[in-house]
Amino acid sequence: MKEATAGTLESGDIMIQIAPAKGLEIELQSSVEAQFGRQIREVIGETLAGLGIKDAYVRAVDKGALDCTIRARVTAAAVRATGEDVWKD
Amino acid sequence: MRNSKVVTLEEAIRRSGLKDGMTISFHHHFRGGDKVVNMVVDKLAEMGFKNLHLAASSLSDVHAPLIEHIKNGVITRISTSGLRGTLADAISHGLMDEPVFFRSHGGRGSAIATGELKIDVAFLGASACDELGNACGVPRSENAKSICGSLGYALPDARYASHVVVLTDDLVAYPNLPAGIRAADVESVVVVDSVGDSSKISAGAIRDSKNPRDILLAKSAAKVVINSGYFQDGFSIQTGTGGASLAVVKYIREEMINRGIKASFALGGITAHMVKLHEEGLIGRLIDVQSFDKVAAESIGKDPSHVEVSSVEYASGQHTGSATHALDIVILSALEVDTNFNVNVLVGSDGVIRGAIGGHQDTAADSALSIIVCPLLRGRIPCVVPKVTTLITPGKSVDVVVTEYGIAVNPARPEVAEKLRAAGLKLVDIKDLAAKAESVIGKPDALPFGDKVVGVVMNRDGSVLDKIYNIK
Amino acid sequence: MMFVPGNNPGMMADAHIYGPDSIMLDLEDSVTMAEKDAARLLVYNALKSIDYGTTEMVVRINPLSTPYGRKDVEAVVKAGVDVIRMPKTETADEVRELEAEILKVEEEIGAVGRTQIMAAIESALGIVNAYEIATASKRMMGIALGAEDYSANLKTNRTPGGAELLLARETIVVAARAAGIACFDTVYSNLDDMETFRKEVELIKTLGFDGKSIINPRQIEVVNSVFVPTEKEINKARAVIAGIKEAKAKGSGVISVNGKMVDRPVVIRAERTIALAVAAGVISEEEAL
Repeated sequence: MKEATAGTLESGDIMIQIAPAKGLEIELQSSVEAQFGRQIREVIGETLAGLGIKDAYVRAVDKGALDCTIRARVTAAAVRATGEDVWKD
Repeated sequence: MRNSKVVTLEEAIRRSGLKDGMTISFHHHFRGGDKVVNMVVDKLAEMGFKNLHLAASSLSDVHAPLIEHIKNGVITRISTSGLRGTLADAISHGLMDEPVFFRSHGGRGSAIATGELKIDVAFLGASACDELGNACGVPRSENAKSICGSLGYALPDARYASHVVVLTDDLVAYPNLPAGIRAADVESVVVVDSVGDSSKISAGAIRDSKNPRDILLAKSAAKVVINSGYFQDGFSIQTGTGGASLAVVKYIREEMINRGIKASFALGGITAHMVKLHEEGLIGRLIDVQSFDKVAAESIGKDPSHVEVSSVEYASGQHTGSATHALDIVILSALEVDTNFNVNVLVGSDGVIRGAIGGHQDTAADSALSIIVCPLLRGRIPCVVPKVTTLITPGKSVDVVVTEYGIAVNPARPEVAEKLRAAGLKLVDIKDLAAKAESVIGKPDALPFGDKVVGVVMNRDGSVLDKIYNIK
Repeated sequence: MMFVPGNNPGMMADAHIYGPDSIMLDLEDSVTMAEKDAARLLVYNALKSIDYGTTEMVVRINPLSTPYGRKDVEAVVKAGVDVIRMPKTETADEVRELEAEILKVEEEIGAVGRTQIMAAIESALGIVNAYEIATASKRMMGIALGAEDYSANLKTNRTPGGAELLLARETIVVAARAAGIACFDTVYSNLDDMETFRKEVELIKTLGFDGKSIINPRQIEVVNSVFVPTEKEINKARAVIAGIKEAKAKGSGVISVNGKMVDRPVVIRAERTIALAVAAGVISEEEAL
C-alpha cells in the first residue's frame, strides 16, 4: 500500500487520505461531527473491511457527504492506494 | 451653540451616572458593520466598570471582542435577539455564568416599554445628529460618513432608557428634523470617527440567489402566496432575509402585475426588492423597522411613504396597534421545523447558537398566514426534524412549510390546505418530510449538551419558552 | 434530460428535486482522466443508494475504445441503471459491441435485458449511419444529438440560429421515427441567454424531438413550458380519445371527432399529448382517463 487520496473539499463531498499503518486509525474532521461523526467512522471502517483492508491510517475531511459518497471516496482512495481495482478489466 | 450636549465619550459616560451592575443598551442597525458596541465597551472597560448587563437589539460576529470583556468581568449579562460567530460559539460552550436572554424584536420593545427590561444608559449610533440630540440613520449633510436607514430598534431605548447618549459620525446644524430620536430624550451627544461601516448592512444573511434550489423554493412559496386566498388587492406582506424568501418577491411581483393586484403595505426589514415594487406603484407604503440594504436606507431618507417605526409599533404583542396585527402574509426562513410545526431560528443542529429570533415569533403569531421556506436538507443537516433543538416560534403560529421535497400545511389550517390543493399544488404530511430527510441522511446522534443553561428563550409575552444548554 | 457531472456528489444528491424527466450522470466529458475511477465509484454508489423516485436514470459512459468504457459498463449495469448513453456513436457495430458487453454483465448478475441503450451521435459519420444505429439493438430506446463535437467535425461553429445543425437534427428525428424510438436534442450552454434557449427549444419541438438535454435546473421551466401541451391541445386530444372509446363501444372501426374522420397518427399524437400533460403535472392521472 502507498499513500493515496480521493474526494474534494466541496460541499456534500468528503476527502479521504489513506496511508500505510499498523491497525486501523481514522482521523475525522467533519462539519456534522456531533450528529454523524460516529456513523461516518463506521462507514469508513466497514468499507475498508469489505475491501479486506485492516491496516491503514485514514484522514477524512467531511463536508456533509452522504453515506454513499463516503463509501465511494473510501473505495476510490483504497483502490488508488493498493492498485487493486474493484472493476475487472 | 448654547446648551450644546456635545461631549467626549468618557464625559458622556461620567454624566450618565452609570454604575457597576447597571444595564447598557445598543441597536444593531449597522449589523456586521457596527462599531459602537466595541468602542463603548472598550471605553467602559478602560474606565473600570464591572458587572454590566449588555442589552443589544442583536449581536453578530463583529462583536467577538466582547469575549475578552466577558472574561474580564466587564460584561456579565447579555440580552439580545441573536448571536452569531465566535462570540456565539464561546457562549454556547459555556463562556458566561449567567444565561443570555433572547427576545424577539417585538418582545424586546414590549419588555423595554413595560419596564421588564430596564435600560439605564442607551448608547445609540446615528448617521446624523445635531448638538441637541435630534438623530437619524440617514445622511443630512455632504459630510455624512454612514447610512443605516431606519433606527426602529433604537427608538424604544431612546424613549424609555434613563439616560441616552447618541454617538454620531456627522454632527449637523440644528435642527436635524425630522428625526426618529428626539432631542428631548437625549442627554449627551458624542462625535466619533465612525459609527458603522454601511457597506456591511446587507452582508451575511442577505443575498440575491442564483442557486437553483433557492429558486425552486421561492417559486413554490410564491405559488402558496398566490393561491392562499390572501393574495387580493390591498394585501400586506413581509419577507425574511434568506435567499429564497427574498426571491419570492420577484415571482409575486410578476403575478401582481398579471392580475392587477396592489399591496397596501410591506412591513419589517425592508429590502431593495420591496423598494422597487413600491416605486413601481405595486406597494402603497413601506413600514420599516430595519433597512436591510443601502437602497432601502436611502429610500427611507427621501420617500415620505417609506416610514420608520419603532420595534414596539412594529411587532409588540401587547400593543394591539402594532403593525404585525394588520399583516396578512409573512414569509420566513428557519434552521429547523419539527413535525408539530415548531420552528427554531436560533440554535444550529450542532447545538451552537448561530442565529437570531428577529421578528420571527411576532410576525408568525400575528399575521393571517405564516409561510416558512427552508430546504429539507442543507448538506447532511436536516431542516425538518422530529423535534426542534430549541423552540423559538410555537407551531400554532406556523401555517405552511415549503421545502424542495414538498409543501406541508399545518392541520390547524384545513381551509388553506383546501385552497392550495384546489390550485393543483401537491401537499405532503410534515411527518413524511421528516421521514424523507432521515431516509436520505440517516438518523443523527443526540447532541452532547451539558447541564449549564447558557441561554433563555423568551416568548413575546414575557414567559420563558425554552432553555439552551451548553454544548460540549 | 439533465446532465450532472459524475464527480460532483453535491449535485448528484438532489438533482431529481427539480423534476427533470431523466437525469444523465456523466462519466465522460465532465470528468478528467485522473478522476475517471473515482467518478465511476460515485455514480455506482449513488445509483445504488439514492432514491431518485420515478426519474429515469441515464449514465453517459466513456467510449469502449478507451481504458474506462468496459469498467463503466460493469459498474453501472451492476448498479441497476435504466439507460446507458454511449457517446460518439458512429456505427451499428459499436452499438452491438456495447450490447454484448452489457449482456455479459447482466448474465453475471442474473438480470438479463434490464439495461437500455441511448446512442449519442456526434459526427458526420454517425449522422450518415443514423438509421442503422437506431435499429442496431432491441435495447435502443433513443438517439441523441451531441452538437459540440458534431459541429467541430463539420468544421463549423455553433450559431444561435443553429443552421449548421439542421440536417443532423432532421436526420435524427427521421431515423428515430423510422425505428420507432425516441430522439433527444443537444444541450445549450449559455445560461444567461434564456431567450435564445427558448427559441432553440421551440425549434426542436417543431422538428419533432421528444426532449431537450439541459445542463442546469434553471432550464427545466423553459423546456416544460414549450413542451407542455396547451389547454386547447389537451382538450382536442381528449376529444380524440373519447371518440376512440365511443367507436370501440359501438364496435365501429371508423373513428370520427366533430364529424371528421380520425386516422391512427392523430390518435397516437393525442395519446402523447395527454401523457406529456400528465408528466408535466398540468393534469392529474385521474383527469387523463
